[in-house]
Amino acid sequence: MTSEGRIEGVLRGQAPRVLGVLVRRYGHFDACEDAVQEALLAAALQWPATGVPESPAGWLITVATRRLTDAVRSDAARRRREGGLVADPTDAVPAPAQPGEPAPADEDDTLTLLFLCCHPELSPASQVALTLRVVGGLTTAEIAAAFLVPEATMAQRISRAKSRLQTAGVTLGMPPEPERTDRLAAALHVLYLIFSEGYTATAGPDLQRAELAREAIRLARIVHTLLPDDGEVAGLLALMLLIDARRAARAAPDGSLIPLAAQDRGLWDEADIRAGSALVTGSLERAPLGPYQLQAAIAALHAEAKRPSDTDWAQIVALYELLERSWPNPMVTLNHAVAVAMLSGPQAGLELLEPLAADDRIAGHHRLDAVRAHLLELAGDRERARSHYLRAARRTTSLPERAYLEGRAARLAGG
Amino acid sequence: MKYMLLIYQNPAAFEAMPAPERRALMDAAGAIVTELSESGEWVTGEGLAHPSAARTVRVRDGVPAITDGPFLEAKEQLAGICLFDCETLERATDIAARWPDARHWAVELRPLMHSSGAEM
Repeated sequence: MTSEGRIEGVLRGQAPRVLGVLVRRYGHFDACEDAVQEALLAAALQWPATGVPESPAGWLITVATRRLTDAVRSDAARRRREGGLVADPTDAVPAPAQPGEPAPADEDDTLTLLFLCCHPELSPASQVALTLRVVGGLTTAEIAAAFLVPEATMAQRISRAKSRLQTAGVTLGMPPEPERTDRLAAALHVLYLIFSEGYTATAGPDLQRAELAREAIRLARIVHTLLPDDGEVAGLLALMLLIDARRAARAAPDGSLIPLAAQDRGLWDEADIRAGSALVTGSLERAPLGPYQLQAAIAALHAEAKRPSDTDWAQIVALYELLERSWPNPMVTLNHAVAVAMLSGPQAGLELLEPLAADDRIAGHHRLDAVRAHLLELAGDRERARSHYLRAARRTTSLPERAYLEGRAARLAGG
Repeated sequence: MKYMLLIYQNPAAFEAMPAPERRALMDAAGAIVTELSESGEWVTGEGLAHPSAARTVRVRDGVPAITDGPFLEAKEQLAGICLFDCETLERATDIAARWPDARHWAVELRPLMHSSGAEM
């Protein structure tokens, strides 16, 4: 790894721990977060020349504390100048830190910070942005680039999220049960959103977005280390690894999409598949069942088939039935229908799609048309398959999906 | 999800609009821009010069044919565009419904295409 890469790794790992220390000492999540971000930027500039200090966390805490002190002082001075409330600035000024302060006691606030970033007071987009900055240690510019928006837009989104938490009086602390379970579920959902945002990205200017999938995996790994017995955490990590294992096979060099059945399975990442399969097998044996574990188990069955014809569709259908019974969702129904079609014929799959036409969550969605088209094609109804492919092509906002769907339709044109 | 808001106006009606009313319209649009900037949804936006300043370019058999004036001959013409990034179509529609030009003419909301694709 290059020294820049190594430094970045150190910084990203330290970001949530350093912030945790500051917030526990001084409160003011918002101001502390800004101070830590500045300390990270300072380190990224200085460390390549000076080398990584002996205690990176101590260095970062010292610098961040200094920045926090400066910020509080200048804020107080500004308020005095503006004739506002005259408060004694020293009230809020943290005690000066000792240079080269030792690393904090091993009290890891990563999980607490993750829960804070995934607070129900925030919208999903804000949760995602704040998590990437606070827990992931990414800069605002990096997050903005990954989401293809200007830096100012992302900066505002993050600052709005932080002030919203402040207004709501949210403080750093582990929420009590049963709220804790809900917050973990929300946090896993945010990691999944970050992952999906990145895993579909294929080439060109979207390469940066692919980093998001890796970042989501890194964060899920951290959560799994902190909560090794949680089956859903393990399930989500396994699911991400198993899906990401197909990255190299999912698109042709020209960016065109390759469906699962046509992928070169030799390009699948075996190490990821082994790790994902082991994780999900282990958690299914020990932990209570959950939707991420079931989806990971399905992904593992796909991954273990050497050829598409080796796929254990009976087992996959059984898992989808479990999933639908306990955690119904139209996207699950779609995938279930495809599996049923593979096991029992396209007609059986098409019947499962029937109720979705009246489901507002998916009725106008291109995926429903795409799956219907695929099953109609399997059933030999070329004309209707073609018209559904075209409808799906018109409805998607993805250029490679549109090209793929139009290609399928074109193959069915004429005789 | 990124959406482009296409803002249509009738240029003659806009010119005929009394100055205070026109100012109110601009102010209302400006207030929405401020709101979207503060919420972290604003990406970009621009107003367009009068359609008479437009130039339409067609190339046939490699030969460009240039005419003055807009491509579409219609009473309502594109007057500006905004690009914002918001979480749902409902939210985007709500913004569109508050855009002042929608009260006089119409605004059109279009999702943007992107280059990532899901596995099929």
